[in-house]
Amino acid sequence: MDMANMCTVEKHGRVHLITLTGAGEHRLGPALISALRSAVATVRASPGGGALVLAAEGKYFSNGFDQAWARTVPLHLHASMRGAFRGLLADLIALPMPTVAAVTGHAAAAGCVLALAHDAVVMRASRGFLYMSEVDAGLKMADFFGEVLRQKVPDAAARRDMILRGDKMTAAEGVRRGVVDAAVDGGVEDVVAAAVAAAEGLAARGWDGEVVAEIRKAMWPAVWGKVKDYGAAEAARPRL
Amino acid sequence: MCTLEQRGRVFVLTLTGDGEHRLGIPLMASIRSALSSVAAQAAQDGPGAALVTVAEGRFFSNGLDIGWVGTSRARLTELIDALRPVAADLLALPMPTVAAVTGHASAGGFLLALCHDYRVMRADRGVLYMSEVDLGFPLPPYFMALLRAKITAAQALRDVVLRGARIRAPQAKEMGIVDVVCPGAPETVAEPLKLAEQLAARKWDGAVYSAIRISMFPDACMSVGIVQGSDEDKARNFGSRL
Repeated sequence: MDMANMCTVEKHGRVHLITLTGAGEHRLGPALISALRSAVATVRASPGGGALVLAAEGKYFSNGFDQAWARTVPLHLHASMRGAFRGLLADLIALPMPTVAAVTGHAAAAGCVLALAHDAVVMRASRGFLYMSEVDAGLKMADFFGEVLRQKVPDAAARRDMILRGDKMTAAEGVRRGVVDAAVDGGVEDVVAAAVAAAEGLAARGWDGEVVAEIRKAMWPAVWGKVKDYGAAEAARPRL
Repeated sequence: MCTLEQRGRVFVLTLTGDGEHRLGIPLMASIRSALSSVAAQAAQDGPGAALVTVAEGRFFSNGLDIGWVGTSRARLTELIDALRPVAADLLALPMPTVAAVTGHASAGGFLLALCHDYRVMRADRGVLYMSEVDLGFPLPPYFMALLRAKITAAQALRDVVLRGARIRAPQAKEMGIVDVVCPGAPETVAEPLKLAEQLAARKWDGAVYSAIRISMFPDACMSVGIVQGSDEDKARNFGSRL
C-alpha cells in the first residue's frame, strides 16, 4: 500500500513495517504527516495486534519539519502542521501494540522527537545522528518536544548537551546514555531487519494491545497530556 | 560585593573578597543589576555571548545571609523571596552560563551554581552541600523545583536533599551535578572561561537560547516566576526566522 508515494506499509509476520520512502530528507510537512497518520491508522485497524516498526529509506530518518514549505505559507498553517504532528505522536502513544523506531539515518528536531516517541529505538551504528538542531537553527522548541526529551533523555546533563548545545548523538553514544536500545552495524536493511526482529519478539509476548496503550499513556503522562487532544481517537469521540 | 567585566564575548561576574559571599539583600541586588547589564549589552552586541560566574576566596557562596536573619522569620522569608528573581534572571539569561565553583557552595549558594547551564568545580577543595535538612529548614518550593530539574539521578537527588551529603567535585561529576573537574583554583577559572568562549563562538541567538532553556525546565522556570511563551509566540519566531 502506498500513501501518496511518501510511505509504505507492509506486514512481516506479526510486525507492521511503515517505511518513509525515497532518498530525500523525509521532512515532516502536512503531506507526510498526513500519510504517516493514515499508515498508523491502517495499522491500528488491522486485526490481530502485533507490533509497529517505523523506518526510512536513504540517508535520513527525518530531518525535521518542512521549513521550506513553511516559508511559503501563512503563519497559522505552521500551527496546524505542529498540531498534526502532535496528532501523530498521540496516535503512536495510543497505538495498541509495542512500537520500535528503526533510526536508519539522521533524525533531527521533529524527526528526533518522532524517533524517541516509540517504545524502543534501534539505530544504525555507522551513520546518522540524533540531533536537536533548534539551537543551531535559531528556532524555538515546542513545549511538547521538551516533554518527549524529558521522558526519553532523563539525565539532565545529556539532555542539556542535546538541546542547549546541539550535540549530535551517535548510536553508540545513544546506547551509552540510555537513549538508544541497540546500535546495529551495517546498512539500512540491517537496521530494519534488527528492528523487525525486536518487534517480532515484543509481538510474540501476546500482550493485550489496549493494555499496552493504557500503560504507555500512564508511563508518559506529561507527553500524553500535551498531545492527546490532537489524536485520532480524540477526533473520533462524539462531542456533546 | 560583585564586579562585572567583559572579556571579548564572555561576561565575567565575580563575587569579590575573601568572605563567604552570603546572599543578603545588597549582594543579590548587585547580582541582579549585573545580570541586567549583561543582558542589555548582549542585546546590543548581537548573537554569541556567554557568562561565567566566579568567586574569590574559599567560598563560592555559603548561602543566604543567616547572620542578618537572626531569629526573624520575616527576614528569612525576605531573603528566600529575594533569591527567587536572581534564579529567574539566570534561567532566562539570553546566553549560555557557566558557574566556576571555586569554593564551597552551600544551600542558596549551591542553588546559585545550579542555576547555570554548566558547572566547573575544583577537586582539591570545596564541597557542594544542601544544608537545609541538617539545619532543620524545609526547602522552599522553587529550590526543590530547581534541584529536581538539574539533579535527575534519583539517588543523587536523595543524597543531596535528604541526606545532606557534602559532595566533592569528583563525586559531584559522577552524580551528574558537575560537568568538569579541575585540579585547583587557577584551572577552575581558566576552564570555564575557555568553555564560555567555545559556547559564545557558536553564535546562538540569545532570545532563542533563553526560550529553549525555559522549555527544557518549564516547572522550575514557572516556580521562579518565569512565564513561558505560548506555542503561538514561538510560531511567530518560527515564521520570522525563515
